[in-house]
Amino acid sequence: MRYAMAVDTKKCVGCSDCVVACQTENNVPIGYCRDWVVEVMDGTYPILEMEIRSERCNHCGNAPCVRCCPTGASHFTDGGIVLVKPSKCIGCGACIASCPYDARYPHPDGYVDKCTFCLHRIRNGLKPACAAVCPTKCIYFGDLDDPNSEVSVVLKKRKSKTLIPEAGTVPQLYFLI
Amino acid sequence: MTNRRDFIRITAYSAGALALGGGFIQAAKAFASPEAALKVDLTRTPTYCEVCFWKCAGWVYKNKDGSIRKIIGNDEDQHCNGRFCPRGTGGVGMYYDEDRLKTPLIRVEERGKQVFREASWEQAFEYIAAKMKTIREIYGAESMALFTHGSGSAYFTTLMKAYGSANVAEPSYAQCRGPRDEAFMWTFGEEAYSPEITDIRDTKCLVLIGSHIGENMHNGQVQEMSDAIDKGATIITVDPRYSTAAGKSKFWLPIKPSTDIALLLTWIHEIIYNEYYDKKYVEKYCLGFDQLKEHVKSFTPEWAYGITTLTPDQIRKTARAMADAAPAVIIHPGRHVTWYGDDTQRVRAIAILNALLGSWGRRGGFYRPAKQPVPSYPLPLFPAVQKTWQDLFPGMYSFAGGVVSNALIDASIPENNPAYPIKGWFVNGTNLINTIPNQANTFKAIQNLDLMVAIDTMPMEITGWADVVLPECTYLERYDVLRVSPHRKPAIALRMPATDPLYNTKPGYWIARELSKKLGLETYFPFEKQEELLDWQLKQIGSSLDEMKKTGVKTFEREADDLYFAVDEEVSFPTDSGKIELYSSAFEESGFDPLPRYVPHEDPPDGFYRLIYGRAPMHTFSRTANNPNLTDLMDENSVWINPKVARLWGISNDQYIWLQNQDGIVSEFKVKVRITERIRWDSVYMVHGFGHAQKQMKRCFGRGVSDTQLITKVLVDPLMGGTGMRGNFVTLITEKTEQEAAS
Repeated sequence: MRYAMAVDTKKCVGCSDCVVACQTENNVPIGYCRDWVVEVMDGTYPILEMEIRSERCNHCGNAPCVRCCPTGASHFTDGGIVLVKPSKCIGCGACIASCPYDARYPHPDGYVDKCTFCLHRIRNGLKPACAAVCPTKCIYFGDLDDPNSEVSVVLKKRKSKTLIPEAGTVPQLYFLI
Repeated sequence: MTNRRDFIRITAYSAGALALGGGFIQAAKAFASPEAALKVDLTRTPTYCEVCFWKCAGWVYKNKDGSIRKIIGNDEDQHCNGRFCPRGTGGVGMYYDEDRLKTPLIRVEERGKQVFREASWEQAFEYIAAKMKTIREIYGAESMALFTHGSGSAYFTTLMKAYGSANVAEPSYAQCRGPRDEAFMWTFGEEAYSPEITDIRDTKCLVLIGSHIGENMHNGQVQEMSDAIDKGATIITVDPRYSTAAGKSKFWLPIKPSTDIALLLTWIHEIIYNEYYDKKYVEKYCLGFDQLKEHVKSFTPEWAYGITTLTPDQIRKTARAMADAAPAVIIHPGRHVTWYGDDTQRVRAIAILNALLGSWGRRGGFYRPAKQPVPSYPLPLFPAVQKTWQDLFPGMYSFAGGVVSNALIDASIPENNPAYPIKGWFVNGTNLINTIPNQANTFKAIQNLDLMVAIDTMPMEITGWADVVLPECTYLERYDVLRVSPHRKPAIALRMPATDPLYNTKPGYWIARELSKKLGLETYFPFEKQEELLDWQLKQIGSSLDEMKKTGVKTFEREADDLYFAVDEEVSFPTDSGKIELYSSAFEESGFDPLPRYVPHEDPPDGFYRLIYGRAPMHTFSRTANNPNLTDLMDENSVWINPKVARLWGISNDQYIWLQNQDGIVSEFKVKVRITERIRWDSVYMVHGFGHAQKQMKRCFGRGVSDTQLITKVLVDPLMGGTGMRGNFVTLITEKTEQEAAS
């Protein structure tokens, strides 16, 4: 099993619903977020191009945060999901420094927090909160080992990219372009 | 001159206000551990959203202790298909906002200073009822007016009509949708409805004229635009700004602002003279084609080039793309269309274009809506209305189908010589200060009132001007009228309280009913509890309150398979002629152009830029600016400036500046500069709804600039009274002396 997510940049309107839905689903304190929206502009008026991306932890296959964690708080779980165990976390911040995607933040309660792909939801057969709420249905989620999962199907059909692939982290967050 | 009514910045609140509410708990704290978040055993109650007018139905999820946790869309609802937008998802913030209004307030004079004193509901009602009785005795009942928005409108409208006044205005008419409604009404005999009857899901070509779907988060439309993108639809966006929708478009036409009618007339020219139009449809259903053909004869793409700055090639290609997709094409009617004062005529051109391409009544164009009839409980007859708003200024705005809010405001100022004065205002759920352009006029009107009552959940600016402030509880704490809106299938939705009201706040129904008792009008509110009325209504249509509590939404089947026109169907349109009126004889008879005409608008003077405003997907008007969840996504607006302009002024990204308009009005607060290629060099852009001046809204006070403050020149639509707001120009102020900044 290999969980992955694909975000369709052609449909995303950058509304940030994924951000607020994640916050209310996961009790992320106000002022912090586990996912966020990036807008990239290119060109000069009026020849312009824009890419909008909903970004979060890449749940890397080769995760620097897991490698560098001195206590084992950052670890892999079901389907390659990268998790932090708050009770083991000493808040040293090594993982934050090692993440090329800036996907982690220090939670005010003293541990490092990040996207879990809503493990509590997917274990109950639900989609991650961001994918379930997205009004443009631009977030696809599923098991890459299952060729019929929506994420496998859409990645087969469409051109995609990952962010900073040269870091060698084997990211599992894809962007349809 | 001393004001009869000072704006109370509510610094005059006594500390007791907080104590009244009691048990405010920050929900997030209760769930500090992530393990707790892994539980999904929450209970839920149905609601429909009140953060905007789309009214999506959803479920409010609560923790075991009954505290509200999250709001999720109802899968059965056609408005949202189980997916709420960011504002709906963040609706929890309306409930948890600690700056909410908490108890009734009455304006009093203390040591020469006007302040609010906390009052009981009883005292507030006594005060209001006494003033209302006096106004009726001296001036007549029609001198009371109601400005209203949202679900509570139903109760306060009943109250006003029972009292004897029909002066009930929704700013959503003359400050927003009105020109569109009239344009479609006088072409097709029907409005474009809300939610709009645009069949975006199945369209092959969607044309947006300044409409920024995706930034305006009209949920169902955003969803359907995404579906259309998936299916390979062509999107054409006409906008001086590279909107999000422009970024999804095959064709973006970066038009010179205010020249849209020239483009529309040219498209009509192209479609007629290249014979792209639907000949059978036009012949069968439309009236006035020959006059239209003659009218647009000279409007070639080359003619439009000099006006719109769009190349003839762009105009030809896009006309062709529309024709290729027809009849599955939508030239979108837009929603907020009060721009230049000729707005009804502009949207008429849009309606005509749709008619020529045969999209009205066709799959992928405009569908026929269906609405579930829900009987009203029989009430005693309302007293006969002596005078209406149209009597205020006879002959003005003769094509207005709705009540023109700005006419009621103008009639509150004696110098305008209205036929009768407006002396009292009820303002429910609409922050007129940030809604109605030309704030000075609004302030002047307020000074002449004998009574102003504001009903709101938040201490919006308008509440600072009221004599009495009535704190309504949020939509998450109350029942409301059934949501009955037109859609592909008829449907109803229930809102019920997820929890008891916080603080000393009350539902709108209760407020209106209690006040009716003080006025001796309680026979118009026969049910003590609103749920009893809802149950009665639901039982008339074969449902019940119990059923709706379980499902939230009930969808019915259409009576006939008539979502679109059948092939060769004989259609009688609800216009005077029974046909689609390309040529409007009614307009002509009243001295207006029977066919839309392009009239040039003023250009910005040197050093000034046209002020364009729009929406952000995470905010609704100015009402969500203090919502903790939504403020977290966006806590101020910025002014978008083209890099060329920024170089000229030597300003840099993220620098804070002030704006000054053509009438010398300087923005009360400063605004952050966003240098971006996404805006033309002759315009600046900002999101509406920021720059709040009410200190008690701590998160949004002084954050960003209010576009409304800078809109002092109002281009009024002579047909229906709409307030065109895109004719204002601003220049940039990079430095202000201490004194200026303080004043």
